[in-house]
Amino acid sequence: MTKIIETKDVRLFYGKKEALHGISLDFNKNELTALIGPSGCGKSTFLRCLNRMNDLVPGVSIQGDFKLHDKDIYSSKMKSDDLRKQVGMVFQQPNPFPFSVYDNVAYGLKLKGIKDKKEIDQIVEDSLKKAAVWDEVKDNLHKNALSFSGGQQQRICIARVLAVKPDVILLDEPTSALDPISSNQVENTLLKLKKEFTIIMVTHNMHQAARISDKTAFMLDGDLIEYNKTKKMFLSPDQQMTSDYLNGKFG
Amino acid sequence: MSEIKNKLLKPSKATKQDRFGRRISVLCIGLIVILVASIIFFIATKGMATFISNHVNPIKFLTGTDWSPSQKMTGALPMIVTSFGVTLLAALIATPFAIAIAIYMTEIANKKGSKFLQPIIELLVGIPSVVYGFVGLTVVVPAVRTLFGGTGFGILAGSIVLFVMVLPTITTLTIDSLNAVPSHYRKASLALGATRWQTIYKVILRAALPGIMTAIVFGMARAFGEALAVQMVIGNSALMPTSLVSPTSTLTSQLTTEVGNTIMGTLPNNALWSLALILLLMSLFFNLVVKYIAKRGQLK
Ligand SMILES: Nc1ncnc2c1ncn2[C@@H]1O[C@H](COP(=O)(O)OP(=O)(O)O)[C@@H](O)[C@H]1O
Ligand SMILES: [Mg+2]
Repeated sequence: MTKIIETKDVRLFYGKKEALHGISLDFNKNELTALIGPSGCGKSTFLRCLNRMNDLVPGVSIQGDFKLHDKDIYSSKMKSDDLRKQVGMVFQQPNPFPFSVYDNVAYGLKLKGIKDKKEIDQIVEDSLKKAAVWDEVKDNLHKNALSFSGGQQQRICIARVLAVKPDVILLDEPTSALDPISSNQVENTLLKLKKEFTIIMVTHNMHQAARISDKTAFMLDGDLIEYNKTKKMFLSPDQQMTSDYLNGKFG
Repeated sequence: MSEIKNKLLKPSKATKQDRFGRRISVLCIGLIVILVASIIFFIATKGMATFISNHVNPIKFLTGTDWSPSQKMTGALPMIVTSFGVTLLAALIATPFAIAIAIYMTEIANKKGSKFLQPIIELLVGIPSVVYGFVGLTVVVPAVRTLFGGTGFGILAGSIVLFVMVLPTITTLTIDSLNAVPSHYRKASLALGATRWQTIYKVILRAALPGIMTAIVFGMARAFGEALAVQMVIGNSALMPTSLVSPTSTLTSQLTTEVGNTIMGTLPNNALWSLALILLLMSLFFNLVVKYIAKRGQLK
């Protein structure tokens, strides 16, 4: 297994408050890793470090090592816009732009400077197909993305990220704003995508983690408690605390 | 038992208050509707008198270029052209500035920067138009005269004065519409690898476009209706403008200039009412445009 992202001793402060207390996590290529843990334990905070979205939060300071393909994510040579083209992100609330489906998915391509109409058409179609939403939008590519259902919007947002062809896709509770059927569709989409992409997903739905992830990291109050193969984690966790959490004793 | 029944059947205090409040607001709305309707009716009948009692051909009124109602010449085209000229030119100059300031205030400046600019913009809104006109007369007109020749009076001077007057209107409304763009669009764009500038011009400005268009139309409505300041720098001769620096008149400035010198019921007076009618129709038109933009913005 090749490691694609490596992090070591990650500490993060919101002002004076320490939200992550030294977390070390490595992520394998073409695997789906789930981050679980109770609300407020720092899952989103950690995820946002990986594409430097925390840089947008005023008063944040970050310590530790972050490497993508052995290159320092936080070095001055790494431009955050280049990094984010390699490490895409899908948010909890579906957040398509108020433009057409086509313009949404083509957005990243235009950022990359791709101008050829045929090439853009092709990538838009491919991305929507990979995100398993093509059949539902193909007749309405020029309709406003906001006029689709929440689940469709979320898959359009996934397609929008896929179009940029990132190596890693971060997802922050991508299904928690969706109904069960839409959630299911998004889960199936992710399962297919992990053949091509490395996926890191925050979820507070343990069953979702069990269903679709290869590895699971359990966090609690800014600490990493256990990081293991998902099967192992759910059947016989190493830590008592993990077992308690998975059995619903707290959280 | 019957006591309870009575109590239940009678309207409660809250219901009574509710009814009372509703009656008062219906009454007020009714009054305003009547007021607006009678203003429109009044101006319409007065404005139509030129065509009905004085038998002026409406087409000739709108396309004629000679204006001297006391000699039965009622071509209003020069004023119409000038009104549109100053309005469009002012909006054209003001819009880029307004958008630049609004982007600076909402996307770039820190709290201090926008705290500093905000009161300046508000101050600009509050300055009475006669002051703008006076400054225009003593600064802008001579400047135009030295730079571009002519007397200095005319569309250019009018547009410059109006530019300063509509700038705060367009700016504040543009700021509002930029602020109304949800922050998750910014995040989504940045997360896709856009730079801050790309995010601003590819997402934020585009999402705010209906709001910005509305801002421009409001600015144009204000420019179109402004009388006093324009009157002081436009030259006040009802002549077809031959250049941006030839003295001319707008609909509004012609109205304020002549209104004291005409006798009710005569053609010169009626012709002014017809100018007023054009102004009214134009402001209705501006309103419709704003409504239309808002509706399309919602659909999109
Ligand atoms: N922008 C912020 N400013 C200050 N504190 C924050 C901010 N975002 C998150 N936190 C705090 O950091 C901790 C971790 O939050 P978060 O990463 O959102 O948790 P999770 O995603 O696991 O629910 C929480 O205590 C939260 O209150
Ligand atoms: Mg979270």
